[in-house]
Amino acid sequence: MRSLRIFATSLLTAITVTSPAAGAAEPSASDIVKRSLDTYYYAGSDMRSKVQMKLINPQGKVREREMTMLRINLGAAGDQRYYIYFHGPADVKGTSFLVWKYPAKEDDRWIFVPALRLVKRIAADDKRSSFVGSDFTYEDVSGRDVDDESHALVRKESLGGRPAYVIESKPKAADYSRRVSWIDAERWLPLKEEYFDARNEPLRTFTAEKVEQAGKYWTVTARTMKNQQSGHRTEVVFREVEYDVGLKQDIFTERYLRDAPSQWVR
Amino acid sequence: MIAALNDVARAAAATAAVSLVLASPLAAGAAGVAWDGFVQSHLARRSHQVDCPPGTACEFPAAELRGQLKAEGKISSGGAGFLGRFDLVHDAAVGDTRLVTREFFGDLTSEKAAARLGRQVVTWGVGDLLFVNDTFPRDWVALFTGQPMQYLKLGSDALKLNLFPGAANLELVIADFRSDNVPTSQRFIFADPLPAGLPRHAAEPGGLEISGRISGYLENWELAGYASRTHHRSPAWRVMGAEIIGTYPRLNTVGASVTGPLGKGVVSLEAGYFDSRGDRDGRDPSIENSQFRGLIGYSRQVWEDATVGFQFYGEWMRDYAAYRQSVPTGFPVKDHVRKVATVRFTQLFAHQTVTLSFFAFLGLSEEDRYLIPSLRYSFSDNLWTEVGANLFGGGRNGMFGSMRDNSNVYVTVRYSF
Repeated sequence: MRSLRIFATSLLTAITVTSPAAGAAEPSASDIVKRSLDTYYYAGSDMRSKVQMKLINPQGKVREREMTMLRINLGAAGDQRYYIYFHGPADVKGTSFLVWKYPAKEDDRWIFVPALRLVKRIAADDKRSSFVGSDFTYEDVSGRDVDDESHALVRKESLGGRPAYVIESKPKAADYSRRVSWIDAERWLPLKEEYFDARNEPLRTFTAEKVEQAGKYWTVTARTMKNQQSGHRTEVVFREVEYDVGLKQDIFTERYLRDAPSQWVR
Repeated sequence: MIAALNDVARAAAATAAVSLVLASPLAAGAAGVAWDGFVQSHLARRSHQVDCPPGTACEFPAAELRGQLKAEGKISSGGAGFLGRFDLVHDAAVGDTRLVTREFFGDLTSEKAAARLGRQVVTWGVGDLLFVNDTFPRDWVALFTGQPMQYLKLGSDALKLNLFPGAANLELVIADFRSDNVPTSQRFIFADPLPAGLPRHAAEPGGLEISGRISGYLENWELAGYASRTHHRSPAWRVMGAEIIGTYPRLNTVGASVTGPLGKGVVSLEAGYFDSRGDRDGRDPSIENSQFRGLIGYSRQVWEDATVGFQFYGEWMRDYAAYRQSVPTGFPVKDHVRKVATVRFTQLFAHQTVTLSFFAFLGLSEEDRYLIPSLRYSFSDNLWTEVGANLFGGGRNGMFGSMRDNSNVYVTVRYSF
């Protein structure tokens, strides 16, 4: 009798734990988003990639940016440092950016202007402003905090042959009112994101065009952000993606902002 | 003896520079040499009619066509490299065509140290168009005629050594003297208290100048200390018999700067002491007196793609009583403390293809001003145009007010390749 009660209690506990609503063992919406942010923005202890960005206006006119991007993760708090070097176009060649990113406060940002050999610290309190004129914001490039939005799991469905969680996120303060994300249920990468404005009109759409494995890590190597209201879009291709290459923290300082580290910036 | 040593040092430096610069491209062959450049036309027109003396480019203080070719290379290990930036300029305003070496240097780099030898631009300090500890040569003519900002600084012929021992970076610059490009009657009109008609001759000082900087981080604040053994970069004129002789008096400077986040913006502080060695007691009216200089600046983003910045700057003349006693009649009298405020506003539009910018120098003590509005549009990655103005106003005794007959509007078009 006693063993039966234990069995029943265990069973009940198991049911309670494993099936909040639908009957399958689903993580919470926040856990899905957290895991997705970790996979997308924090893979490896460091990362190096060549990045090609095409800014395409509604008339089809293309502007191009060719960059090397270096990233290092620092500690458990989520601090990161980014180094971005511009190979082109000719007028901005040699310009470099340094970002010290903190999840809980404003980033520190610097720019190096090569013709003047000038390092300038830039005031940056808005992570949602455009990154070099593209449809991606600084936040899209370097990530947001899971607690910046509240998340709800809408459903699970297949997108482009991949199983995906569909999550609706509402920001506490932003230029969009809600964001619907399709997150790969096995690889944890965002496959698609739709942003809506305050009138619930589509604002921007992110699409992962190509997902590849770079070393141990699944990586979105081609991505597009389209402004649904202006028709302007930005296509980004990551090439030569490498993780855990052994970047040192001093790469992300003024010295290398002034003189690109040639071992990594080629 | 010192002079002889200097000559030897200079000859050795020149030889080393040439061999480094020549050897680097050969060595860089493996990694390849990258070429790029631009062609640019720049026209500045005086904004109102004034009577110019003969010999002054009156209607158009600048009317030039410029082509720049840049070559750079690095060996595949990254341990050595070079960069050359050469401008061919035809300036119709003054009827001049010349080839200018903007920069031409070779680099040797290792984990803990780096050396750069040749003509190079060096920029220090945290001011925005205000300079305290950056004593390197500048081109004021380029600024006052609206040239793109990259022409604000002139290259120094120098050996720059960097050491990276760990927490701090050390930079040492040993340079040949180069004067500022200061406004002259070739393009500008201003009151000249010196007697007219006498021939002028400025003699550049011999000997090498030495400047050092130590910099580092304290958390996310940046601290730097500076010292320079240099010269004033604009000439001190004095009448000697039947001619006017210009010299560049000795100057030592020492100072510090700090910059970091404050609230939602960036705060910058910089201070320095200018020890005018040629006039220690402040009684020589032709030489600038010793000064303390300081600035405080704050900039922050106000909304998307828009930034504002403010600065307050002061120059405290040390021996003011001596200066007042020695300043000749007819010369404008400077204030004990010269105070300047600046305002900058920048807004980007249309995916950052349009840049609207406004910069103002406001002379608080001299009651003068210098306003620089500009609008730039990038047609494509290769082609941009900018229209803008350099508007001087206020009391003619002030530094900016003395330029008030030189207000101009300009247009620049650049095609990069």
